[in-house]
Amino acid sequence: MKLELSRVVQGCRLGKWTGLGKSAQHSLEVPGCLLYTRCATVPHLTQDTLHTIRDLPAVTQVSLDSLTTNLCLNDTVIFCSLHDSVKPRPAGYITNKTVSVWGSGGRMELTTARFMEIQAGIQPDCYQSMADGETWQANTSRKRVRKAVDRTLAHLDECLLLHQKTQELKHAEIFGVVEGGDVLEERLRSARETAKRPVGGFVLDGFHSAAMGPDVRAQLIQATSAELPQEKPRSKLHLNPSQVEIEQEARKSASETEAVSKAVGFWKRPQGSAVIVLGVGRPDEVISCVEAGVDLFESFFPFQVTERGCALSFPYAADPAPETSVPELNGESVTKLDGDETMTLFEMNLKDKRYKDDFRPLVQGCACFCCQKHTRAYVHHLLETNELLSGVLLMLHNTSHYLGFFRALREAIACDHLQDFKNRVLRHRKAD
Amino acid sequence: AVPLSLRVVAECPVSKARACILTLPHSPVNTPVFMPVGTQGTMKGITANQLEDLGCQICLGNTYHLGMRPGPELIEKANGLHGFMSWKRNLLTDSGGFQMVSLVELSEVTEEGVMFRSPYDGKEILLTPEQSISIQNSLGSDIMMQLDDVVSSTVKGPRVEEAMHRSVRWLDRCIAANKNPERQNLFAIIQGGLDARLRKACLDEMTKRDVPGFAIGGLSGGEEKDDFWKMVTLSTDHLPRNKPRYLMGVGYALDLVVCVALGCDMFDCVFPTRTARFGSALVPWGSLQLKQKQYAKDFHPIDPECQCPTCKRHSRAYLHALFKSDTAAMHHVTIHNINYQLRLMRDVRQSIIDQKFPEFVKVFMERMFPSPEDYPSWAVDALHSVNICLK
Ligand SMILES: [Zn+2]
Ligand SMILES: [Zn+2]
Repeated sequence: MKLELSRVVQGCRLGKWTGLGKSAQHSLEVPGCLLYTRCATVPHLTQDTLHTIRDLPAVTQVSLDSLTTNLCLNDTVIFCSLHDSVKPRPAGYITNKTVSVWGSGGRMELTTARFMEIQAGIQPDCYQSMADGETWQANTSRKRVRKAVDRTLAHLDECLLLHQKTQELKHAEIFGVVEGGDVLEERLRSARETAKRPVGGFVLDGFHSAAMGPDVRAQLIQATSAELPQEKPRSKLHLNPSQVEIEQEARKSASETEAVSKAVGFWKRPQGSAVIVLGVGRPDEVISCVEAGVDLFESFFPFQVTERGCALSFPYAADPAPETSVPELNGESVTKLDGDETMTLFEMNLKDKRYKDDFRPLVQGCACFCCQKHTRAYVHHLLETNELLSGVLLMLHNTSHYLGFFRALREAIACDHLQDFKNRVLRHRKAD
Repeated sequence: AVPLSLRVVAECPVSKARACILTLPHSPVNTPVFMPVGTQGTMKGITANQLEDLGCQICLGNTYHLGMRPGPELIEKANGLHGFMSWKRNLLTDSGGFQMVSLVELSEVTEEGVMFRSPYDGKEILLTPEQSISIQNSLGSDIMMQLDDVVSSTVKGPRVEEAMHRSVRWLDRCIAANKNPERQNLFAIIQGGLDARLRKACLDEMTKRDVPGFAIGGLSGGEEKDDFWKMVTLSTDHLPRNKPRYLMGVGYALDLVVCVALGCDMFDCVFPTRTARFGSALVPWGSLQLKQKQYAKDFHPIDPECQCPTCKRHSRAYLHALFKSDTAAMHHVTIHNINYQLRLMRDVRQSIIDQKFPEFVKVFMERMFPSPEDYPSWAVDALHSVNICLK
């Protein structure tokens, strides 16, 4: 498998991840997302309903903690991650030799040997190496962060050793995990050291929304990806490890980075490895990560939106249908309901009484099954009555909308309309 | 003319079983038919398209629930329940009376109607026959049910007789209240408890009315099965041949097969969809409790002979695991169970058309029970009464 880039604009890498799957016939366009699953199933959906969504990602993400048995997945390209980004996981269970995951049967403590045994059972196409990813909590000491990086590198070496000996994983690739919390020098060390190993790609861990502010994240990711072995526009930044300075630098250097990126312009490279960031899903954060050099994302975000009874409604299309949403959304999305702090400004809350007799589709012009067939009033009713179909319909719409967002993002990079695109998507973020 | 016609396609030469085509405003329905129940205007996580793909031609909505939420005005604005839930085929709605008596405390029946306290705001509400029909007119169902005076089938004495006579009077009020007789069919409900004399009296009275169809009510509420089947067969003996017969609340496979033999055409029950949500999958030899440990490593489909989307793709082990993590597990089993019910009725129907229904019943019983000693005696007796002898 390899990542073929067709162009880089303002740090955004446009391309195709190719040679995927047993037949090497599959590919995934980047920037893009994996198909989020639990127990190898997209939540709420069956095969029938899932396949009403057009252009599903060619790569399915499964996580060890949501996988309980050998599943028949032979026709899918699989990326296996350690944790389900949506599930909270208790801290304090990591040791020098083990990490813990929480499945339906409770806690499983994994050594690298056990971890690799499970991988051999799943036979993914690619998988993240075992990692100590517990440093995302606020106030984690620098010492603890350093330990996480050391342990993660040690796990990677052991995994690589076992990987080579495992027949079942002959065609699989290991993704090295970059840790380092919010400590720049640890991030850089983690990236540099990981890049020295024969990995097929890189996982950026510990960048969840809760872990740090958006500017810190963007700067850390940008600096980190510069350390990864990719032919990419080298940033001229020499960032100081101090967080405050990073943030100052961020503002100062934005235009400089842009200029550098532009100067490099079009370029092709024969081979490359993909960079995936875990725990990042909000559209604004996705855009900033893409600008910092990330190729791939998980797609747990539409699921989270579904679980709170909301529908993604932010505009992303260059030519929105006349009635769409922009002016209306500004008004709608600003109201947060019942103190629901998790709701973002990219969505509308279908539980709101105002939708009781609203016979419009969730999003005008949306081609998803839900919008083609059902109304806001109906989905509101399903939520009111706690009916299971609400989750099905919202999941269909939210997944479609999210995939549409990535498609539009790629088009914007391809056609040099990135700024317009950002304006559209981020317009109503100002109220946040 | 009533918006319904029934054509008898074939009759079993031995028993009272029959295969018909029931033509309703939204589409024809092949009977005998099982009607899945979509209480709140949705089929438990299954989309309208999936239900259509399973071959479902008619399903139920509950007037009580829909009348409460989202309310008849809103559904009328959405072009009826068909429009609201985006379902192109037929719908049957109940009167709402049964739910009130069974779900709500403090319901009181007077000549005027059923008085109950709203579980949402605590207000006293009176549901009259006229109101029930008015709500069902707003819902726009293809078949509406009269409001009847429901007494538990285990109650005896004068209350049963009173309820029977009142149900006849309420039928007349419902007929008079129907605003859409040209596009909505109103079915009468035969009452009379477990008393053959009262049942017969009710049948005599109600069949004098020119209603498009009849339901057999007041059964499957915990009575003895011996009493149950006798009331069913008594009813079908006196119902007109050219009108559909709907046995309310019946959905176990055995009951379906026996009651088809006794001459019933239509059935409904929440059981197949409810039990699916607890991980119970219906199969020709009974059911599988998919949450049980024994299925954790069982890589067979639920039923190797089943052609439903679930069985074509997923194993018992997969469903067992999925039940621990996602509601899609329920959807998979719901689809299988609805398919099981619909397929059973299709097979029953085909056997009637092929003039092989008695043989079908025998094979069905052999698969369902390990040996003839296990056949429930009521079923043996009921089938025997229509000349199908199992032993
Ligand atoms: Zn949609
Ligand atoms: Zn099946």
